[in-house]
Amino acid sequence: MHPILKLLVQRIALGLLLLLAVSAVIFLGVEALPGDTAQAILGQQATPEALANLRERMGLNEPPLTRYFQWLGGILTGDLGTALSNGADIAQSIGQRLGNTLFLAGCAAAISVPLAILLGLIAARHAGKWPDKVISGITLTTISLPEFVAAYFVIFIFTQLIPIFQPVAMVFPGMSFWAKLNAIALPVIVLVLVVLAHMMRMTRAAILNVMQSAYIETAELKGLSPMTVIWKHALPNAIAPVVSVVMLNMAYLVVGVVVVEVVFGYNALGQYLVDHVTKRDLPVVQAVGLIFAAVYIFLNMLADIIGILANPRLRHPK
Amino acid sequence: MNDKHNQLDWMVAQARQGRMTRREFVGRTTALGVSAGLASALFGKAVQAQEARKGGVIRVGMQGGESTNSLDPALAASEVPFQVNMTWGEMLCDVNPDGTIDPRIAEEISSSPDATEWKFKIRAGVEYHGGGTVTAEDVVATLRRHTDEKSQSGALGIVQGISDMKAEGDMVTLKLNAANADLPFLMADYHLIIQPGGGVDNPAAGIGAGPYSVVVNEPGVRHTFKKHANYFDTTIGHADEVEILVINDNTARTAALKSGQVHMINRVDPKIVELLKGVSGVQVRAVAGRGHYVFIMHCDTAPFDNNDLRMALKYAVNRGELVEKILGGLGKPGNDFPINAAYPLFQDTFEQREYDAAKAAEFYAKSGHDGSPIVLATAAGAFPGAVDAANLFAASANAAGIPLQVKLEPDDGYWSNVWNVAPFCASYWGGRPVQDQMYSTAYLSTAEWNDTRFNNARFDELLLAARGELDTAKRSDMYTEMAQILRDEGGLILPMFNDFVSGVSDSIGGWVDDPNGELMNGRAHVRCWLNA
Repeated sequence: MHPILKLLVQRIALGLLLLLAVSAVIFLGVEALPGDTAQAILGQQATPEALANLRERMGLNEPPLTRYFQWLGGILTGDLGTALSNGADIAQSIGQRLGNTLFLAGCAAAISVPLAILLGLIAARHAGKWPDKVISGITLTTISLPEFVAAYFVIFIFTQLIPIFQPVAMVFPGMSFWAKLNAIALPVIVLVLVVLAHMMRMTRAAILNVMQSAYIETAELKGLSPMTVIWKHALPNAIAPVVSVVMLNMAYLVVGVVVVEVVFGYNALGQYLVDHVTKRDLPVVQAVGLIFAAVYIFLNMLADIIGILANPRLRHPK
Repeated sequence: MNDKHNQLDWMVAQARQGRMTRREFVGRTTALGVSAGLASALFGKAVQAQEARKGGVIRVGMQGGESTNSLDPALAASEVPFQVNMTWGEMLCDVNPDGTIDPRIAEEISSSPDATEWKFKIRAGVEYHGGGTVTAEDVVATLRRHTDEKSQSGALGIVQGISDMKAEGDMVTLKLNAANADLPFLMADYHLIIQPGGGVDNPAAGIGAGPYSVVVNEPGVRHTFKKHANYFDTTIGHADEVEILVINDNTARTAALKSGQVHMINRVDPKIVELLKGVSGVQVRAVAGRGHYVFIMHCDTAPFDNNDLRMALKYAVNRGELVEKILGGLGKPGNDFPINAAYPLFQDTFEQREYDAAKAAEFYAKSGHDGSPIVLATAAGAFPGAVDAANLFAASANAAGIPLQVKLEPDDGYWSNVWNVAPFCASYWGGRPVQDQMYSTAYLSTAEWNDTRFNNARFDELLLAARGELDTAKRSDMYTEMAQILRDEGGLILPMFNDFVSGVSDSIGGWVDDPNGELMNGRAHVRCWLNA
């Protein structure tokens, strides 16, 4: 087998194994909490008979291992059960909200990733001079702002001073694509401001690191322009660290933006999770936790795979 | 004289545009020499003279919605589900802003002379969304569902007092365990929405006989409704569609009102009320209601089992300061009993209890407390500003020599682990439509939510006797005696009644201040209209 293929298979297998382990941890964590699902449902009405009946009906008397595999089987077949708090079908509720989460994260990434890499290249090209200082200064300022402060700033600027956008960013089925883009403009701006600096700084640092190499000197001596040197010779060799930071930020855009969701009333997964945590709605918490873990593992795996593919030593083994 | 006429005309015009509340109007016109009765009548006319406009979409931005909310009326507990249910649902009757009963699904209400048997005549031809009419059987089935503990109804305590329900033709007869002159007010409870078949099959279906039918129900996000074409009352439900958007963030909610994305919002932050008042196109409506913030002591737990210590703490709280700093002046100081002028049969005969360090110290010395710290549990979510309020209380108590200490608890689990458990904690009440219900819910010795562990035989006796007393003057006296007992012996420290503060766009017509609940008791979007 080609070594690169072997590496990829290994990496994917490791990802799946990790996901399985995470599902076990989530299940065990919920098991370890005091009380069980039946008690959570009955609350103050939890008489011993009612508890026994409900446990019987929900199969809670089965051994934990059996219930774990039942739960896992349910997830694989798309059956996540129903929420305790309002009896809604979890898969259905999550489906729409996951779509919204990915839409927001996708839009923010589509703007921030190319922008960050471009700015990083420019900063590296002019390292130590004013363009570098301006770019670094601005992006470091925006990353230092807490998200909700940045959110209030953009609300103030774009709904009160220059009223071109709406402060409440709800999207729902039936809205046209443009209407949706318009609705989420403000949260996208905030998220771009928040994630830009990290990726930009990493691009800059990785490029500068590569710029020390002998082959860059050769390229410069050949008489190539500085931007061509960076673009053709430095960037491909700096891609692995940049991609892993990009993926970390993408994962953050998917799982870590609950504050932005709340401020803009955006109906996505983070807010949904927090609401159900406060109501101790364990089936929902389990399901969303697993989805978030899967996103993290998948994106990290993707970063590793791109890193492997981008590494010439692995692509061309001796 | 002419000048007075001009002023009066101007004020009538203001009232017509909804820019003046009844209280302001009466206050200012009586200053011109108009009698209070005439002023009130003038106001009513002025408001009615506003012409209701039909059509459009009214949008409400609200705090108090979660993605865990359900359309099952039995489960409604926070602001958004309440407002949502008032849009699609209809009860037997409502309470008017002036405290009288507004018959809705029940057309006529009558009782036996001893108030133990009540008859509700069901209005003919009230249609559900999607067909079928409300029957007496539906009403009985609805009430019966709420008596079932499995329904987890917030109205369980109310319907438990009914011993027998009967439906005959268009008449529902309710026999009570004990006399209750306030039963119509209890039937106006927001959980008791009449559902087809009692909602037994699918309580969260959202099918009712209210002015609007549910189109989209996305809990924690938005709820949209369209006009129920065959709604029985043509005087309300002016907009073609209404929408309730859940905007839990204060800043975003205010910005949404200001930018016109929504027409009204609840829960305006007291800190920004003054700023919002200066914004053109938006009005701030602060309505005195029955809601109040409290510090509650368990009367059966040391050291709070000593009435001298309780009195010491009651004199050690600076009510004026709390109203000013915690409510931003949008409220009234309380007097250690949960009733105010927003309740029917209230007698304003009590001296306002004030901060008095000397008296507090005197009571404290008399209590013989050993000087160990007295711990007040609080959390940010106990009521808005609860932590600040507790610290102010501790400061004024310490100044009187009382070793009061604040213990900060997490919001998470506060209502199950601290409230009604810890012997001294911060909490709030939304109030109830009538005095009996407020006292029965939280101060009767056997009440489940007796969160001060108050146990006074005379108080209980008066409460039960007042229920069967149809002579309102006598009842009012009984309530006054109960208030006196609670004020001087109870475990309740009630420093302030908070106003409902809403923000309303100038494009909204027909606003009426309603002490029963925020946003016109959950019906602002149903009863108001969009000006052209």
